[in-house]
Amino acid sequence: MEIHPLLERRRFLNWFLGTSFGALAISVLYPIARFVSPPRIAEPGTAQVDAGTTDDPAFRDKAFKIVRFGADPVIIVRAADDDYRAFSATCTHLDCIVGYQKEHSRLWCNCHGGAYDLTGRNIAGPPPRPLTPFKVNLVAKNDGTSTIVVSKA
Amino acid sequence: MSAIKRPPVLQWLDDRLGLPAVREFLAHKTVPRHRYTVFYYLGGMTLFFFLVQVCTGVLLMLYYRPSAEEAFESIEFLVTTVPFGWLVRSIHAWSANLMVFFAALHLVSVYFLKSYRKPRELTWVSGVFLLFLILGFGFSGYLLPWNQLSFFATKVGTDIASVVPLAGEWTMRFMRGGDRVTGATLSRFYGWHVAILPAITTVLLTFHLLLVQVKGMSVPPGAEEEAGQRPPMKFFPHFALRDLSGWIFALGVLAALAAMMPWELGEKADAFAPAYENIRPEWYYVFMFQALKLVPGGEIMGIEYEAFPILLFSLGGLLLILVPFLDRGRSRGWSYAGMVALAFVVGMTCWGYGTLVPLYIVFLTALLLAVFAWITRSTEAR
Repeated sequence: MEIHPLLERRRFLNWFLGTSFGALAISVLYPIARFVSPPRIAEPGTAQVDAGTTDDPAFRDKAFKIVRFGADPVIIVRAADDDYRAFSATCTHLDCIVGYQKEHSRLWCNCHGGAYDLTGRNIAGPPPRPLTPFKVNLVAKNDGTSTIVVSKA
Repeated sequence: MSAIKRPPVLQWLDDRLGLPAVREFLAHKTVPRHRYTVFYYLGGMTLFFFLVQVCTGVLLMLYYRPSAEEAFESIEFLVTTVPFGWLVRSIHAWSANLMVFFAALHLVSVYFLKSYRKPRELTWVSGVFLLFLILGFGFSGYLLPWNQLSFFATKVGTDIASVVPLAGEWTMRFMRGGDRVTGATLSRFYGWHVAILPAITTVLLTFHLLLVQVKGMSVPPGAEEEAGQRPPMKFFPHFALRDLSGWIFALGVLAALAAMMPWELGEKADAFAPAYENIRPEWYYVFMFQALKLVPGGEIMGIEYEAFPILLFSLGGLLLILVPFLDRGRSRGWSYAGMVALAFVVGMTCWGYGTLVPLYIVFLTALLLAVFAWITRSTEAR
């Protein structure tokens, strides 16, 4: 069967216009999609932070303190007199910030009731993974107290 | 009709705007009368609270500053120093909650009266999307005061997205404007709350309302005979005036709530403080929040357990959109499923709060609707 030349031309033009509109749409949508995706910013790596001294009243009152480690919160817990431990304070469940319950000796997240023991292991509630531990060094000062230095484990 | 000569100004407008057609339409528009007529007012009530949100929202924009450094302080200034600032903010917060409540009530009543049947499938679909938009308004507006509660709600809410396989990570960064909840998140949420969501809502709401006008009110199965026996109510002025008196009553309730129970501002967000005790999202998210609390930690095939309730709720949302296309028969199955879903939501909300108050509110609402139905029934004989 012979195809009418006009039909063939029309089909070509339709295809041509269709793909042109498609290309136009992509050339508009691609920059928008890239624009709304936030760029990844390189953060200065933090190796260790000075987290204050052992006579900080926070340890006396609540037995824990949260400090900045780069842009993230790190929790320092006083488990015993000279036993300080540090973990990432970000709950592994849904990103809340955990606290420490002295009376239960556990790290506790108020958002959904997640619990971790003093090694950072998830022991109850919804958290799927343990808290990332940090290394704690106590540097003795002249007045009998120590400076707490937290570093990546 | 045109026997009386119209004033030249009106005539001039008529010639250019085609108003007679609209007048003609309104003059003939009627609303069926039957024992469920009271449910026809719920959509209009939701619309009223939406209009209040637009007005109070525009006013709040005059003082609000969307940045992590200034947002909390600008609202502190608004509620302590600006004349009637506390009132405008309180009305915005209360009206937001009442809008969610009435949108949900509207959805539940339309669901059980099966008003989504042919030819109103698209009215239902657009309505469900409007409900999702309202929840989006609630979620994005919640962060704007930049207090502890809103900070953690946003951390959790956006982290939930990251649990979804494949697209989760991108979605979370897209919502947060980066890896963490920061001032960048606040800018984004502000943009969504005052520009993007209102634009989409305006289009969808217009579509929804046009469909309601064009297709008229649905008569629920079981009330068809009653509606056939009783003369319908004229939309204008009878139904419209009833709508309006409801709106005036609602305005009174809003003012009373805002004045007697002003919305709290709380403490400024602190990214280095633990979440405080008994932290909870807004009441309309509590049933999902409670479900998330119950799922233990762990993972199967690389998917964390917490992804399952989230995927199930997403599936529930999808089912809700598709109801008119799935419920094709005359069976009662969908009504029973709806009751189970409603019982689940109310039950989980009660559990989340550790009190039966949500259940009492459901009963009280049913009672109020019954009383209102009785009042309107006794006057409509005239």
